Amino acid sequence: MHRRQRSGKPAKEAPPLVTVADIAGRRVLAAVDPAAALVGLTPGMSLADARARLPELRLVDADPGGDAKALAEFADWCGRFSPWTSVDGTDGIWLDVTGCVPLVDSEEALARDLVARAARLGFTARAAVADTAGAAWAVARYAGLPSSSVRILASGEARAALAPLPVAGLRLPAEIVQDLKRLGLKRIGDLYGMARAPLAPRFGELVARRLDQALGLLEEPISPRQPVVPRLVRRILAEPISTPEAIEHGLIQLMALLCRQLEEEGLGARRLEFACFRVDARVERTAIGTSRPSHEPAHLGRLLTEKICQIAPGFGIELLQLRALDVEPLAARQLGLDAKETDGTVAPLVDRLANRLGARNVLRLVPENSHLPERAARAVSVLDGRHDAKHRQDWPASRPRPIRLLTYPDPIEVMAPVPDDPPLMFRWRRVPHRVRRAEGPERIALEWWREPEAGTDGIRDYYRVEDEAGRRFWLYRRGLYRPETPPAWFLHGFFA
Amino acid sequence: MATLVQLGGGKKDAALAALRATLRRLEGPGRAAAGVTPTGFGAIDRALPDGGLARGALHEIVSESADRSAASGFAIRLLVGLAVEGPVLWCLADPELYGPGLQRLGLAPDRLILARTRKDADLLWAMEEGLKTPGLAAVLGEPHKLDLTASRRLQLAAERVGGLGLVLRPADGNKATAAVTRWRVASAPSVAPVPGVETPRDFGLMRGRWRVGLERCRGTAPSDEQGYGAWLVEENDAARAVAVATELGDRSGASTPAVRQAG
Repeated sequence: MHRRQRSGKPAKEAPPLVTVADIAGRRVLAAVDPAAALVGLTPGMSLADARARLPELRLVDADPGGDAKALAEFADWCGRFSPWTSVDGTDGIWLDVTGCVPLVDSEEALARDLVARAARLGFTARAAVADTAGAAWAVARYAGLPSSSVRILASGEARAALAPLPVAGLRLPAEIVQDLKRLGLKRIGDLYGMARAPLAPRFGELVARRLDQALGLLEEPISPRQPVVPRLVRRILAEPISTPEAIEHGLIQLMALLCRQLEEEGLGARRLEFACFRVDARVERTAIGTSRPSHEPAHLGRLLTEKICQIAPGFGIELLQLRALDVEPLAARQLGLDAKETDGTVAPLVDRLANRLGARNVLRLVPENSHLPERAARAVSVLDGRHDAKHRQDWPASRPRPIRLLTYPDPIEVMAPVPDDPPLMFRWRRVPHRVRRAEGPERIALEWWREPEAGTDGIRDYYRVEDEAGRRFWLYRRGLYRPETPPAWFLHGFFA
Repeated sequence: MATLVQLGGGKKDAALAALRATLRRLEGPGRAAAGVTPTGFGAIDRALPDGGLARGALHEIVSESADRSAASGFAIRLLVGLAVEGPVLWCLADPELYGPGLQRLGLAPDRLILARTRKDADLLWAMEEGLKTPGLAAVLGEPHKLDLTASRRLQLAAERVGGLGLVLRPADGNKATAAVTRWRVASAPSVAPVPGVETPRDFGLMRGRWRVGLERCRGTAPSDEQGYGAWLVEENDAARAVAVATELGDRSGASTPAVRQAG
């Protein structure tokens, strides 16, 4: 609703605006703007009724998905006020500001800042701060706050403040609210004196629980949008920044702070996230990973500065935040390369390569226990910890093997005089090679537990051949010789 | 820094060597400090200034595309012969390198870090990062092309840290690069152990051979109009990483490790 208005004309000049949704085949108002609310339109009213009252009404189709996305983005961006944020229903946001107040002057200043910023972005917001999430919810929604205003409940004031509010303020389903009203329990204060025991069989334990939560008799955690990570540093900027140099400068300062914190704890970061909170309620996030835990500001900073060019600053960035998503005790892992004393310099190199080329493009070779040549060695990501040196078996070197092996053997045309003989000539990629010398066959059979392809018998006869120029190839014939079918030949590798 | 060299007498050779060393020191800041490492091929070492392959330098190995594996094989033999410790960074477009084959050539595959890159720009960046990193035994790269600017960057990075850079690339004319040496490698037909006696086809493979030419070498003058030297390198023993080089033309003594003095 407000998202739409932001791009439209100011509401004063234009006729009232409503969004319309299809509910059970009826066209129903989903949301109304302040002008429409003034003439008595309310969400849930049918479109026909609304039209009857106000023919010049402007209509927009409701977009629940888009609204939810916008709300989620906004909640994400509210992370600038507190790292504990979460979306509430379709139109609310929770912020746990416990301990955040020292960063600003007071709770009220924080709430006013939030509402003012929301207004600048085109959202009409009401904010309430209270001892409990439930009390803040009730006050923000049911205390009749004017638009863009805030209400701060002092500690212990919740009980009195909630008493005159309707029971709907206890976050109860509509049918329970109706039932309570029928019993004459209209205000939250009406419930204060009630014994809990008779309420429970009638309404379930929900009413009592919500009441206790609102009054602070029962703990209620807010499930945060971002998992809570204590290793987080942030920096509020006096002026929005947008140049890569300024971002880099801020990043380096944050990195020094975070690394000092990690160093004191004896930890190193494996994954870091750098978030830039923009003035237009967007958050730009970039993350990096490292092959080994590290708390070297220079190394980690370099990995992230290489990604600064991917950050779109928009109209400016007003808050920078750096978090260690994954931490590990230092030196718990070895890179697994044959480099004991050079690990200190090689690991940063691997991280830089992996960050630019992608972790799956920085590889090392590991042997596998298989007879099939293409399965006997595998290239795995260097960052993949499952192939550490201690689990590794030795490389087989008893038989001649090519130094380059095609992942998929290439079919070749072959002239072989006798079925079991090496070829006299073969043609690979249209180039003929006359075989001058040959050695073989070396029969390699598929492991018995693997199902061979139809007609291949699961065996290959490999030959090493040398052509007239001295180039050496590794060829094989698939399957046993059968007079009725021409044999299939393949080129599989190249010797040095 | 100036060096006074007494010329004349029997000390002339020594004086010339000292002068050459001084000149090379003036050429680049990192080169002289990094020094040279013998390749292990006696005949080739004698043709190289200071008797070995310069560290802190970029070397290129060119080959026809069909001889690509021969070129990588020779590069591995060089690395093994240099006997430098540490991991090896190999930047290439397709990681077709086969562990068991490398192991047999004498290079433990566990030492390798492969960087798979799609574009030459990424590959050269990865090589430069590798050359800037102390502790690597060598950085190998297989770009499609190498121009003067890129090779100069790599050469400077190698000079600064003292690393060894090897570029394997297809032969495309005689384009100038900043590499210190350029080698041309091709496969060569193997020959029978007894000279003059042709062996039947099914007698098996003989020892593998490479034809290796040194086409460019900064710091010395070519020994003749053909270049700095050409050799046949032959595997001594198929299972061990030992090979000998013979001066080209000396086919008779292919299997003897004793090699004629090169110029």
